[in-house]
Amino acid sequence: MPPKTVTTTEPRPGAGGQNSSTREMFYNEALNEALRLEMERDERVIVIGEDIAEHGGAFQVTAGLLDRFGPTRIRQTPISEIGIVGAAVGAALTGLRPVVELMYVDFSGLAMDQIVNQAAQNRFMFGGQARVPMVLRTQGGSGRGNAAQHSKSLEAWFAHVAGLKLVMPATPADAKGLLTAAIRDDNPVIFLEHKLLYRTKGAVPDGEHVVPLGQADVKREGTDLTIVTWSREVLFALEAAAALAEQSIAAEVVDVRTLVPLDKAAILASVRKTHRVLVVHEAIKRAGYGAEIAAMIAEEAFDELDAPPKRLAGLDTPIPYAQHLEKSVVPQAGDIVAAAKELVG
Amino acid sequence: MTIDRATALELYRVMRTIRSFEERSTQLFGENKIWGTIHSYAGEEAIAAGVCAHLRDDDWITSTHRGHGHCIAKGADLGKMFAELLGRETGYCRGRGGSMHIADTSKGNLGANGIVGGGIPIATGAALTAQQLGTDQVAVSFFGDGAANQGTFHESLNLAAIWKLPVIYVCENNQYAESLPVKRAFAVEDIAVRASGYGMPGVRVDGRDVRKVHEAAGEAVGRARSGKGPTLLVADSYRHEGHYYGDPRKYQSKDEIEGWRKRFDPIADARAWIVADRLAGEADLEAIDRGVAQEIGRAVAWAEQGPPASPIRLPEDVYAT
Repeated sequence: MPPKTVTTTEPRPGAGGQNSSTREMFYNEALNEALRLEMERDERVIVIGEDIAEHGGAFQVTAGLLDRFGPTRIRQTPISEIGIVGAAVGAALTGLRPVVELMYVDFSGLAMDQIVNQAAQNRFMFGGQARVPMVLRTQGGSGRGNAAQHSKSLEAWFAHVAGLKLVMPATPADAKGLLTAAIRDDNPVIFLEHKLLYRTKGAVPDGEHVVPLGQADVKREGTDLTIVTWSREVLFALEAAAALAEQSIAAEVVDVRTLVPLDKAAILASVRKTHRVLVVHEAIKRAGYGAEIAAMIAEEAFDELDAPPKRLAGLDTPIPYAQHLEKSVVPQAGDIVAAAKELVG
Repeated sequence: MTIDRATALELYRVMRTIRSFEERSTQLFGENKIWGTIHSYAGEEAIAAGVCAHLRDDDWITSTHRGHGHCIAKGADLGKMFAELLGRETGYCRGRGGSMHIADTSKGNLGANGIVGGGIPIATGAALTAQQLGTDQVAVSFFGDGAANQGTFHESLNLAAIWKLPVIYVCENNQYAESLPVKRAFAVEDIAVRASGYGMPGVRVDGRDVRKVHEAAGEAVGRARSGKGPTLLVADSYRHEGHYYGDPRKYQSKDEIEGWRKRFDPIADARAWIVADRLAGEADLEAIDRGVAQEIGRAVAWAEQGPPASPIRLPEDVYAT
């Protein structure tokens, strides 16, 4: 784990928290708590994946759950990605609510048929006869020197498949609330965590905490431009917004949280306020999800814009290994500051 | 194991129904009433009939692109099946699935599947549900020889074996994976030997003889239902038609096709032994044939009266609410 810990902003009142009391916890602890609470609430919820039992998961999201729920509900598997995901699809079709842990999103290619051709489409293909209430948790992103096969940001793959929902929480509170909502959803939900967020800390509401899917969150208010982003780039955007404030530029940071369904209304409301928009993501720019958001804004709020929607995203390369190279291909806070100034200037 | 009269006649009726369904579907396709593609199960009827005879409505199956037979043997409504092929709102999938995606969840049919080997892990997951919830339900995955070379086959058999899941893997070896003969797809002569690599029984059975399929499936289902774990059942078979309707079959000789079609007919065989064993007479079987023909006729008529599938709610049908 990287030693650096980051404290994120506390959830604003009314931002989905049902409880007034909060505790500081890490993002992976918040996910763990959501799993534990949902497994206590509903015995049909099981977790299935590699290294999730004694080891507690590659990023310690399932730590302690084996002792609490036993090996049939914390179902550790051999390294068989399509077998795992397919078994979850079958289990979901027949009455369980499985939560799959795929260790890296880069491994999803091994399971893609079951995700795309089966889980996503069963309900539609069967004329509404089926429900596939499963969550596929995995993590992506760069920043740990894991190089090209363990560092990608692949949300655009999943966003392009009809039938999937797609969630990418940035803060511990959202991680808990969105995972809870995802587990309770009757559709297949792709839940993408970021490997560098696991050891970030924030205030998390105690007890039941549900953040409904499809609701963006304004993480910082501003009037000069809107930064639309998600996952780890939210933290960079907040850092950039603080720096911009010192230069008298008020950036609003909209964390979309759920890419599918997308909270278009929240994005458009912000654009109508600021009239300038910068979409930021870590994934490579070409055919990235930022293009979808920029196009949506251009289609639906063109007259509100004082400048073309701007995208700041990863370079169109695989993620390189060396630390300085790795940083050079994904947007950092300084890059966001520069892009914002260009847009406002 | 001897088969009683009622069971014999029911197996015969199911096989006859499947064959007649395929004959009528082929005819409808030729009349341009069916869109897309269909894959005939003719010749393989003894497998679906013999296996599904042991299943309850709450047991699950996963099927294949060649799925009409499994669907019928699991108790589907023929009218809704034809309506689906004809693209009607009254079809099983309201025209959204077609032949390759017919499902009937009310009878435990988790769907035909257009992806070779796609249903194998899904049946494994259904068996996981049964084990997790402590029921005595079982799951059956039907798939072809082609699917036995997909990764899903290997990953799923291993998972089922280590967890002792109540699942039966039924490999229908119809001699061809699309156009590839099994001899060129396997270095082993008997696909069932693969089971030992996963630590489960592997049983090879003559897929032409519904009695043998019925007996072997009975043992496998009994094992699964009593918590003894999975079985790989490999049924040697032959598909009378090409891979799909209109397949030019350049990979087969005319002699082979005609010879096998005559020699390998589970329905003719069943008639012969039912009469020879004095379980029923020719007149009884002809009465079943007439009944099936009437049922097919009624089903097609009902299907053709159904309204075309409506496009209005397509976007709303993607997600459950």
